[in-house]
Amino acid sequence: GNWARIAAQQALTQDQLLQFDTFGNVTLIHITDIHAQMRPVWFREPEVNLGVGAANGLPPHVTGHDFLNLFNLRPGTPEAYALTYQDFSALARTYGRMGGLDRVATVLAAIRADRPDALLLDGGDTWHGSLTAHRTAGQDVVNVMNALAPDAMTSHWEFTFGLARVSEIVDSLAFPFLGANIFDAEWDEPAYDPFKMFERGGAKIAVIGQAFPYLPIANPKWMFPGLSFGVREDRMAEVVAEVRAAGADLVVLLSHNGFDVDRKLAAQVPGIDVILTGHTHDALPEPVQVGKTMLIASGSNGKFVTRLDLDVQGGQVRGFRHKLIPIFADVISPDPEIAALIEAERAPFRDELEEVLGTTDSLLYRRGNFNGTWDDLICNALIDEREADIALSPGFRWGPSLLPGDPITREDLFNATSMSYPQAYRTEMTGKMLHTVLEDVADNLFHPDPYYQQGGDMVRVGGMGYRIDVSRPQGRRITDMTLLKTGEALDPAKSYVVAGWASVNEGTEGPPIWEVVENHIRRQGTVRVDPNKSVQVTGA
Amino acid sequence: MAEGVRARVKAPATAAAGESVTIKTLISHPMESGQRKDGDGNPIPRAIINRFTCVFNGETVVDVMLEPAISTNPYFEFEATIPEAGDMVFTWYDDDGSVYEETKSIAIG
Amino acid sequence: TGTGFAVALALPLPARAALEDTIAEFTAGAAVGEGGITLTAPEIAENGNTVPVEVDAPGAVAVMLLASGNPSPDVCTFSFGSLAGAQRASTRIRLAGTQDVIAIAKMGDGSFTRTQSTVKVTIGGCGG
Ligand SMILES: [Mn+2]
Ligand SMILES: [Mn+2]
Repeated sequence: GNWARIAAQQALTQDQLLQFDTFGNVTLIHITDIHAQMRPVWFREPEVNLGVGAANGLPPHVTGHDFLNLFNLRPGTPEAYALTYQDFSALARTYGRMGGLDRVATVLAAIRADRPDALLLDGGDTWHGSLTAHRTAGQDVVNVMNALAPDAMTSHWEFTFGLARVSEIVDSLAFPFLGANIFDAEWDEPAYDPFKMFERGGAKIAVIGQAFPYLPIANPKWMFPGLSFGVREDRMAEVVAEVRAAGADLVVLLSHNGFDVDRKLAAQVPGIDVILTGHTHDALPEPVQVGKTMLIASGSNGKFVTRLDLDVQGGQVRGFRHKLIPIFADVISPDPEIAALIEAERAPFRDELEEVLGTTDSLLYRRGNFNGTWDDLICNALIDEREADIALSPGFRWGPSLLPGDPITREDLFNATSMSYPQAYRTEMTGKMLHTVLEDVADNLFHPDPYYQQGGDMVRVGGMGYRIDVSRPQGRRITDMTLLKTGEALDPAKSYVVAGWASVNEGTEGPPIWEVVENHIRRQGTVRVDPNKSVQVTGA
Repeated sequence: MAEGVRARVKAPATAAAGESVTIKTLISHPMESGQRKDGDGNPIPRAIINRFTCVFNGETVVDVMLEPAISTNPYFEFEATIPEAGDMVFTWYDDDGSVYEETKSIAIG
Repeated sequence: TGTGFAVALALPLPARAALEDTIAEFTAGAAVGEGGITLTAPEIAENGNTVPVEVDAPGAVAVMLLASGNPSPDVCTFSFGSLAGAQRASTRIRLAGTQDVIAIAKMGDGSFTRTQSTVKVTIGGCGG
């Protein structure tokens, strides 16, 4: 209860969270995948996060108890709450919300007091993911981030505001928007700055940016016509060679590849000292070493900030000190200036944001390879409101959680659904087409070669169960597709009414998903999502 | 003759004698594959660029035979050695007998 | 993750016999080795109708590109002339579905060498 919460929070202090013996001559600060979450949130980490091929059983594909054991953490501790799903609701009440850019600002100020020229690097997925970000096309987050003064950023969901809007914002930024892998598709020429050189602590530091490689596949390519992305391993090798030739003592890759892609890239392209990973939303309390390259994973939604101090001498990293700083919102005091700025951005939308649509009896969360209760709720809404047999909800990794008993505000709903292509479509698909879709998505997640993975989770399915063997090749993973309302096997030749949202196809029609879900929540008053047991997983 | 065909070339205006330079070419063309059907179910006849050549002062740089699997608006990028100043002539041959030509002068400097 | 219901990804039956015939026509039945040729293609196509591919085969006189999973496997054949600065060329191709793209080079000494690369053509949709 309350006493336990106060006692637990008294044990945690801001000084303790910020404690760091400044080391070496260079400090990097990494934050990524904020998804427009400027205020503290609940965010439950995944229970299921399978690694296939060479990544099987390696971090970040370790969850729950195994995660705690791997990093010598005890259950029930603040670290266990921040980094795993276990006892989430209970520990959330004990330790409180996490994140908030005003708290992040306090952390930045403390680091900059130690090391005034620390580099702040933003891994992207920054401008998207809230009602206010949607209404202002990212301007609210841009304004607040500018006040934090990043030194560089890279990108992914930023491009879903459309190329014209991205260009408009990029032109206004005081720091570079990097993407070594972003090319003009017509003439195959670089479209954005690949890197920026900094001089810090007597060392030359090259920060190379890598945008999400599969933007035109995972998101609507018609929104950013004429651009091509891709992993482009050869290009990365060229850029690394270029910055080394220009005298870089330290090569940092600010990446939105996803962890497994970065792990492979680190092995394939020598000469990168540090990869600041992003996109797959993993939070790891220690760096992962691949050869001479250190991979850093700093979580998502503003929950964590990584501080990495390095001793860089004569083109070599002689040593490092690392801390994944958890942003406990009740422990770290908000920076008043940034808090006021955030409130100012919210003010025009306050009534809309705070309107309560209903209450949840269940923990609502999204992360996990196959299911999340937020998506189960969205699927239920799609089936009920759109009178469908089957519902599909994309395997996004963004979207904070809500605790049992929490009111659901419109802000909460937008945190789980905000986007620029929200149309809830209704269509007919044969059993065969549904199988093809599931197989296609499963291969994007479970292909043994990380370069063929797109870094989302599996499409969430309502109204239908299936069995998946993640170890099999594409076309042979998905079996036993069953229509839940009849208990019958899906007929490959028969058509079913399918409702879904976030189609990448231009011209998709339907009401925005948040309208569909709002109607459903209002009708229910109190929503309850039962554990989803309709996906059977083998081969992991 | 296919309508609105427009050829574009990126080549340097100057090169060092003997230098290898990168050439890029694009030609707007539907590259109708011959495998599609129209609204009435009738096959749409094949109509593609079937050959592309790049010749410098009469000597061949590259000569490409194209099939229908080449995308709409065929793009080529390749390297050319520039032994002396002269004209680089690019030629696209259409199934319908049309020939499209583009010339770039390259100086030594 | 996929919601691209409008996209039919049914792979045509690989025209295996046609593929082998096309290769045999190019090589005149000679043995085909490996090495000395590099094919660069994206792991996942951003658009199956225009997939960038590059071949690099130092010392080649000609390189044939093939799409093993298309209804017709022929793509194009580059012949390098005396003023080719390198035996390297890029173009953009149509792929009917996930498949191996194959490049076969005819070398200056009349020998042949090949390589291949899998390009995935996917429905798309998703995001972290
Ligand atoms: Mn992302
Ligand atoms: Mn993200």
